[in-house]
Amino acid sequence: MIEKFETYSAKAEVSNVRKRRTRWERIWLDLKKAPPTAIFGIVIIILYAFTAIFAPLLAPYGEADSQFQSYMRWGEDGHVFGTDQIGRDILSRLIYGARNTIGIALITTILSFLIGGGLGLIAAINRSILDQLLSRGVDVLMAIPGLIFALMLLSIFGANVLNLIIIMAILDSTRVFRLTRAVALNVVVMDYVEAAHLRGEKIGWIMRREILPNILPPLVAEFGLRFCFVFLSIAALSFLGVGIQPPTSDWGTMVREMASLIQFAKYDLLGAMTPLLPAACIALLTISVNFVVDWFLHKTSGIRDEK
Amino acid sequence: MHPVFLTVLQRVFLGFITLIVVSILIFGSIEMLPGDFGEAILGQSATKETVAAFRRELGLDQPAYIRYLNWIGNALTGDFGNSFSGRNASGIDRSRTVVDLLDQRLYNTLFLAAMTTLIAVPIALFLGITAALYRDTIYDRLVNSVTLTTIATPEFFVAYILILLFASLWGFFPSLGNVDPRDTLDVRIYKTSLPALTMALVTIAHMLRMTRAAIINLLASPYIEQARLKGVSSVQIILWHALPNAWAPIATVIAFNLAYMVVGVVVVEVVFVYPGVGQLMVDAVRTRDIPVVQACALIFAATYILLNLIADVIGIVTNPRLLHPR
Repeated sequence: MIEKFETYSAKAEVSNVRKRRTRWERIWLDLKKAPPTAIFGIVIIILYAFTAIFAPLLAPYGEADSQFQSYMRWGEDGHVFGTDQIGRDILSRLIYGARNTIGIALITTILSFLIGGGLGLIAAINRSILDQLLSRGVDVLMAIPGLIFALMLLSIFGANVLNLIIIMAILDSTRVFRLTRAVALNVVVMDYVEAAHLRGEKIGWIMRREILPNILPPLVAEFGLRFCFVFLSIAALSFLGVGIQPPTSDWGTMVREMASLIQFAKYDLLGAMTPLLPAACIALLTISVNFVVDWFLHKTSGIRDEK
Repeated sequence: MHPVFLTVLQRVFLGFITLIVVSILIFGSIEMLPGDFGEAILGQSATKETVAAFRRELGLDQPAYIRYLNWIGNALTGDFGNSFSGRNASGIDRSRTVVDLLDQRLYNTLFLAAMTTLIAVPIALFLGITAALYRDTIYDRLVNSVTLTTIATPEFFVAYILILLFASLWGFFPSLGNVDPRDTLDVRIYKTSLPALTMALVTIAHMLRMTRAAIINLLASPYIEQARLKGVSSVQIILWHALPNAWAPIATVIAFNLAYMVVGVVVVEVVFVYPGVGQLMVDAVRTRDIPVVQACALIFAATYILLNLIADVIGIVTNPRLLHPR
């Protein structure tokens, strides 16, 4: 510190033009300071996104292309991970599975944030009987374990992708609602929101321009965590056979379809690991997202420091 | 009356209200079922008379609130009606009562849950407390990263890894948890070991992290610092000074995790073909056997609400600050 004082001069201070860093420079600086776990997470997420987007180009065979012999071993006849019970290439299905599983989970999470976030903001600004109604409704919905409720609703409305997305989004939006309402309540009482009110701004403007920017960091972190949760729930539902339906390939269903292979571990260890592949794909992505969210929370605030 | 007692009473009342609303929700969602069960369940070839008789048995000729009152009243006396499976167009009713289906399975699920708790709670407490004690050491980091990984992985991944290692490769345990009512206790424990181990691994991770956080939180308080300055050994600080105040959060953590098991049990039971309520529910969902789905959902929801309520009440009762109101 003393050295700093010695080298200080008014001239240097004045001549030192402060240059505003561009957004990319700032992101790059943050990334350089990120811990290895976060870097690992980011790399994995980018890899997954790439695979999901370019699935048709990357996959050696088609998604439901069942022209091959069933139950081929690893590496046999150019099938890296062999083929499944009706002769579909497992590597191709894994790659297409990335697209379906992640895509559906992402759509669900976005929908749940639109519902939960929107209603949460309205409840926080409004604070009237509407707030009470919404909050008590959310209390009741959260009193039922999510997976059980989803199972029940799917049995009533029928198991298909659209129902799955809507049901999971609504069930998940309860938690988004709570968080948004809680953080927005602190911002709503600020003077600048009051000023906007007095200026005669509409509720949409206040939500978007005054409140949202100030509650964004916790919401972004929550988005990552909710995505993990939705992703795991949908995988679990598909694994139970009531989520994404065949022939659409997804990782949860793949685990269920090939689970019996595990019995033959003594004779063909690699083959027995086949059902673990999609499960590992799921695990790797959720762990990566968790790493990144941890780092992001650490960076933006101390709220998750001691947990 | 003591204010704590009032608070507890209020919580219990709220829990009761929640339970009623949830039961209405479970019942009401059936009202949204498009179309008519009658033909859907009995098939196209059912005669008009059969369908009418079936509708009358379900009470579809009565208004919804009367059916709800009937349903919840019967449920409280242990009668959940008859399953849809076993019905057919000829009108001959081979269905079983839902209670008949549930009976043994409920016992099995409770057995699995009890065994998981017996394994998980002591290990989680021990690891959580030691991790808090040796905070920021390699041991703590290791425990933390392992638990984070377990939390973030799906239950069936953990389950299949355990099956691959302990059942397929080394053959310590059976890979199927197909317990039978005639099994003796030791056979039953042997068969339940892998499902219980899977559930234990997942719940240990949750409990451990929360225990560790609770203890670390406490260790930051001034009276612990005082004890440390007096020269009390760290083990004694944990056992004599920190732990008595940590019981409330830890008890809450345990109750929350038991509630969490309600969800975990469904997947784990399916993986191990364990004949429990979770598997029954999944099977019923696949075949759209609505009375069974309703009964299972009600049981799971009631357990969940009850455990959360217990957690709340323990948190209130063991908080010394509430016992001596100003």
